[in-house]
Amino acid sequence: MNAEESVVAAYRAERAKVLATLIHLTGDWDLAEECVQDAFETALVRWAEDGVPRRPGAWLTTTARNRALDRLRRSTVEAAKLRDSIVLQEAENEEWSDERLRLIFTCCHPALSLDARVALTLRTVAGLSTDEIARAFLTPPATMAQRLFRAKRKIREAGIPYRIPPPDLLPERLTGVLAVVYLLFNEGYSGRPELAEDAIRLGRLLVQLMPTETEARGLLALMLLHHARRDARTDGAGDLVPLEEQDRKRWDRGLIDEGVRLLSGTPTQYQLQAAIAACHATAPTPDSTDWQRIAALYGQLAQITPSPVVELNRAVAVAMASGPQAGLALVDSLAASGTLSGYHLLPATRADLLRRLGRLDEAGTAYQQALALTTGEAERRFLRRRITEVTSETQHGS
Amino acid sequence: MKYVMLVCVDENVERNADPTEWVEEMERRGIRQWGSRLRPVRDSTTVQVRDGEVLVADGPFAETKEQIGGIDILECADLDEAIQIAAKHPAAAFGTLELRPLWEGRFWEE
Repeated sequence: MNAEESVVAAYRAERAKVLATLIHLTGDWDLAEECVQDAFETALVRWAEDGVPRRPGAWLTTTARNRALDRLRRSTVEAAKLRDSIVLQEAENEEWSDERLRLIFTCCHPALSLDARVALTLRTVAGLSTDEIARAFLTPPATMAQRLFRAKRKIREAGIPYRIPPPDLLPERLTGVLAVVYLLFNEGYSGRPELAEDAIRLGRLLVQLMPTETEARGLLALMLLHHARRDARTDGAGDLVPLEEQDRKRWDRGLIDEGVRLLSGTPTQYQLQAAIAACHATAPTPDSTDWQRIAALYGQLAQITPSPVVELNRAVAVAMASGPQAGLALVDSLAASGTLSGYHLLPATRADLLRRLGRLDEAGTAYQQALALTTGEAERRFLRRRITEVTSETQHGS
Repeated sequence: MKYVMLVCVDENVERNADPTEWVEEMERRGIRQWGSRLRPVRDSTTVQVRDGEVLVADGPFAETKEQIGGIDILECADLDEAIQIAAKHPAAAFGTLELRPLWEGRFWEE
């Protein structure tokens, strides 16, 4: 590796740590960001001349810290106290890893809007540029810059603490952090793959920093098991390929193995969802899928997070395990409850079960209802294809 | 940090939400600096000056379902502490508590 490549590698590996430390030392997010940027620019010149330091992260932190000291020395008297505290804290920072956790928990504080949490996490923890984040969320760069500016101002002015939450707050705050990462992953899943990769990187970091948190492991497992199927999910034309028709040879074995190793068997939200994804990912053929187990896992999931969407998925699993009639009974009672009206997957699921029962007229009607509620182009094409199929079969049959 | 806590409740709904215990605890802990329950919005008056004319009207600043029914000034280490203190207030169980940091520093600056 030459000096430039080393700086690029260090940017990827060390930036969040260095930034987290500088925010902790200065309490000033903007100053910290500028000094970290400066440190990397200095590294480009100095590493080429003097060689790459043995501990690039420590070198960058020291350089950024000195830069911050310089800046504060030239500014007001008020900064004097801060300056002293920077010098004082110098000796304590042998272990950097916790610094990133402070950064993550602060970026995901519930007093920030969800949009702000997502943007700030991508900017500071994942190291994306403001322009990159704006592109990913189809937002003008100026709007995104404003969102980041406001988030940092709120942290400063509303007194949001820069720390890892104390034990009594940790569980709910960790749930909030995981929700931000999962939201990012879902954004990536629906068509922006680079965000899915960022989410997985963040998930890996959380597991590395909090190895005993089973839900952090569960979320990472869930993301890996879904991401393993990314190449098989769409065909050459960009159309969705249903799970049972996917070419399983194109699933990423490495990611699946990594995901399965993270499962702990605890009945918690992400662990259960990951366990379900693992049932699919480890079945060599669609027919060998353990639907009985999947239905049971959805049952457990419905107990801890009651939701009609979970019930709908349970109905699908029951249909696979015990036949479409049993599944249809569950779907019909869900439809009768009215909690999912307007949700396209309800009529789509119903249509599919009716089709398998040979009730093709009713299936066609339900597919039409689903089509009217669906906006995604790939899904709409899929539904139209099904409508054509059941209609032609009805005509052949009669 | 100093926060003002606005206690917002629907005044038309009768609730048994005596905050005496909360007030005593928070004053003992040096967190609550000052505070008061407010008279209902039927006793409220708004004042504006437009083109040099004083416009006075009956009623609150905005007609909303929940109205500010009380205020408290809190001295807390940070927002997390303020959130924990607010969550212990009996009105949190049915109303909404808003935490606003006081604008510290010079009285007027951008």
